[in-house]
Amino acid sequence: MDLGPARAPSPTIPVTLTVNGRRQQLELAPFVTLLDLLRGDLALTGTKKGCDHGQCGACTVLVNGVRINSCLKFAVSLDGAEITTIEGLGTPDNLHPLQKAFVEHDAYQCGYCTPGQICSAAGLLSEGHAHSREEIRELMSGNLCRCGAYTNIADAIEEVMAADSETTVREAAE
Amino acid sequence: MTRQTRTGPLETADRVIGFPLSRIEGPLKVTGTAPYAAEHQSADMLHGFVALATIASGRIARIDTADAAAFPGVVKIYTHDNRPRTAWWDSAWKDEVALPGHPFRPLENDRVLFDGQPVAFVVANTFEAARDAAALIRITYEADQPKTSIEVESEKSYVPKEKRSGIAPPPSPRGNADEAFAAAPFKLSSNYTLEGEHHNPMELFATTVLYEGEGRLTIHDKTQGSQNSQGYVCGIFELKPENVRVFNTYVGGAFGSGLRPKHQLFLATMAALDLKQSVQLELSRREMFYLTWRPATVQTVKMAADDNGKLTAILHHAVQATSLYEDYQEVVVNWSGLLYRCDNVKLTYELAEMTVSTPGDMRAPGAATGVFALESAIDELSYQVGLDPLDMRVRNFVHVDQNQDLQLTSKALHACYRQGAERFGWEKRLHAPRSMHDGPDLVGWGMATGVWEAQLTEATARARLSADGSVTVSAAASDIGTGTMTILAQIGAEAFGVDAEHVTVRIGDSQLPKTSVEGGSWTAASTGSAVAAAATAVRQTLLDAAKDMDASPFGKDVTVEQTAIRDGRLVLEINDQVGVALTDILASKNLTFIEEEAKVAPDAQQAKKFVSYTHAAHFVEVMIDEELGVIRVTRVVTAVAAGRILNPKTARSQILGGVVMGIGMALHEEGMIDHRTGRIMNHNLAEYHVPAHADIHDIEVIFVEEHDDKASPIGVKGLGEIGIVGIAAAVANAIYHATGTRVRHLPITIDKVFYAKEAAE
Ligand code: FES
Ligand code: FES
Repeated sequence: MDLGPARAPSPTIPVTLTVNGRRQQLELAPFVTLLDLLRGDLALTGTKKGCDHGQCGACTVLVNGVRINSCLKFAVSLDGAEITTIEGLGTPDNLHPLQKAFVEHDAYQCGYCTPGQICSAAGLLSEGHAHSREEIRELMSGNLCRCGAYTNIADAIEEVMAADSETTVREAAE
Repeated sequence: MTRQTRTGPLETADRVIGFPLSRIEGPLKVTGTAPYAAEHQSADMLHGFVALATIASGRIARIDTADAAAFPGVVKIYTHDNRPRTAWWDSAWKDEVALPGHPFRPLENDRVLFDGQPVAFVVANTFEAARDAAALIRITYEADQPKTSIEVESEKSYVPKEKRSGIAPPPSPRGNADEAFAAAPFKLSSNYTLEGEHHNPMELFATTVLYEGEGRLTIHDKTQGSQNSQGYVCGIFELKPENVRVFNTYVGGAFGSGLRPKHQLFLATMAALDLKQSVQLELSRREMFYLTWRPATVQTVKMAADDNGKLTAILHHAVQATSLYEDYQEVVVNWSGLLYRCDNVKLTYELAEMTVSTPGDMRAPGAATGVFALESAIDELSYQVGLDPLDMRVRNFVHVDQNQDLQLTSKALHACYRQGAERFGWEKRLHAPRSMHDGPDLVGWGMATGVWEAQLTEATARARLSADGSVTVSAAASDIGTGTMTILAQIGAEAFGVDAEHVTVRIGDSQLPKTSVEGGSWTAASTGSAVAAAATAVRQTLLDAAKDMDASPFGKDVTVEQTAIRDGRLVLEINDQVGVALTDILASKNLTFIEEEAKVAPDAQQAKKFVSYTHAAHFVEVMIDEELGVIRVTRVVTAVAAGRILNPKTARSQILGGVVMGIGMALHEEGMIDHRTGRIMNHNLAEYHVPAHADIHDIEVIFVEEHDDKASPIGVKGLGEIGIVGIAAAVANAIYHATGTRVRHLPITIDKVFYAKEAAE
């Protein structure tokens, strides 16, 4: 994909990103954030913009498995990275366990913070630092939900965390 | 008529309403595939960015756009010097819910009326180019003295000359409040202050205008009313309604901020028409602070009681901020005349003009503010009298609306008090302040009552039943996270005896049947009732057609209420062996579907006798580390009486959202203005704190049983606001109980607890 001319005046820089498993060669202006790249040229609008300042978490995606605020990263700084957005976690017909739990627990209302919450929760689970509801709340505090679905979000994450650790225990036993 | 006990397949349909169905659009929301206003694309899309005034009051002396215009990628820059022509008369600019005064017109002239006012609009090929070019616009201002302090400006308050439509002014005084107050053995006179709050829905305000050629536009707008936006742009740009279609299928929260069209709609539409090209404009978080706000308010409550704790006088006065150009008004003080029995009441309400953007409705506008003062005051008085705060409220229970001398359609508030207190464990409360502890923390238990008017507005809806049994219901209504789509599916499913998944819901489109804007907690009652009525009309048509058939099993006298639709057949409700297949009925008339439209409107006759309110009782626990001053709300139990609950799952979420925003109001939220410059200082989500995960502990929601056959045809009262009304007072009351310090100035931040304590010592 050649994004050069539209991005004038700045010289563009070649970048390779693997987004949701798809490797892409891009020519990007240096000031384009990962968030704007995703929402704009890549048309992956599941990642949301809530502040553009790293203050709300709506833009959370996984970069090499680690959750980050995509509005705080210039895309050109991520050459070679593997990026997973909400679209890469699951689809309406094939939901990720976290997505399923969010639907079941009504862990959203307007749904705008939701992709960020879910990507953040996925990052949280793989970090393995949260062991209690209190720790979930603390470690999810970078993701604001103005609709106030927090208790339901904690319920959803807790459920998936419990199921995960059961699987781990079972696997260890086998 | 004897009703057969329903069993077997009949049960499914019966369980549709009242069943905790998961949101039907849920899978789209959790996968990021539900598109919001800024997420619609077109190949040639232009992007906009707004330059904002950096003074709060004055005029633009010079505006230099040369460097910005030369920036690569810039297509055009609009200022007041070159803005395309628009309609002249104010009437063309007034949206459905406009206020008394002159609606704000972006880029109209050189006047600056508030901080952050849009003063230039850059359109470019890319978002980045528009943003960077906007930074190159140089503006020289002649600044006037700003007026932004409610404490100062309330000295010059006035009674609004023109009343805002739908907003009841205070009732005339009853009894003799001043005399009763003077004579009472127990009394208080307290001042309450609310700093301005900002809605801050997570989705930024945005509009995508798709230019379809020959002046035809498809607009995706962040709004609480697609038809309101459509009417607005048609009025201003003199467009034919059939050429403008507005969608708001998914709305990332609004809480009232999207009731009136915002400047991004105007600017994006203006540029699209001028440039004959599609334009997208997504505002910045900073701009969200200038759009509208919950107005700063100062209030005084004087309240008196006799030896038994019976209220003998209430005087409630409020002054709220408004802008220089519109008289925004809320119902702030009236609640004090209707929530408790009191025969001597005087309520007054005034405005103070400030150099700010016009305030707007924010979740439970007026009630959230006024009931904070009322519920703080009655709590304070209960300690004076020596009564438990809950007991004090129960003693003053009232079964009518004394303000208007009207009966209530229902009021299950006693049940809220009882069930809420029981679940919370209120009877274990020690009455004296500072008497409860948890380790080093002070523990406080506080409570408050909440009230909101349950309204029905005019709404139209369509229902369609197809031969294959599938159902479509449609109305222009919006779902701003409220669960509208899901409850409409449930209503359609129940009416036609199908599972909700067989119901297609179409909302958020200006071409659909007319409804009002989504607000005031009236959508479920209004649009829900319209859908139910449209479905009944379809079933009537169906029954009539069935009666016309040869050898029809339905006698002439059979009414639509006596029939049901089961397994693709229209049957007699008492005996589902008697019936005809839908396909046969439709075939007999050569139809593939039946569609009907129906409208509901408030019942004017009934309104002469009855008024309808929702109620809540909130119980709150706080824990306070006194050394650090840190306040945590560790437990909330909220019991709500709101008529029929269509979907306990989404209903509960509405209340949770209200409670969380109430906690923010109590402890965190405050638009900070530098009164020397009149500018908002904390216009971002790091410095304007909204509750985060760590702030929110346990919240329990109880819906008490409340039968109401008058509030709306489907028995629904609405839930969007009631969750927040009273929460701030319950938190403040709990803080008092924990610390012995009464804070009457929101938000209750650490410093205020310390100062109040010092002052008391
Ligand atoms: S948009 Fe990135 S943190 Fe808010
Ligand atoms: S669901 Fe609306 S902001 Fe979280």
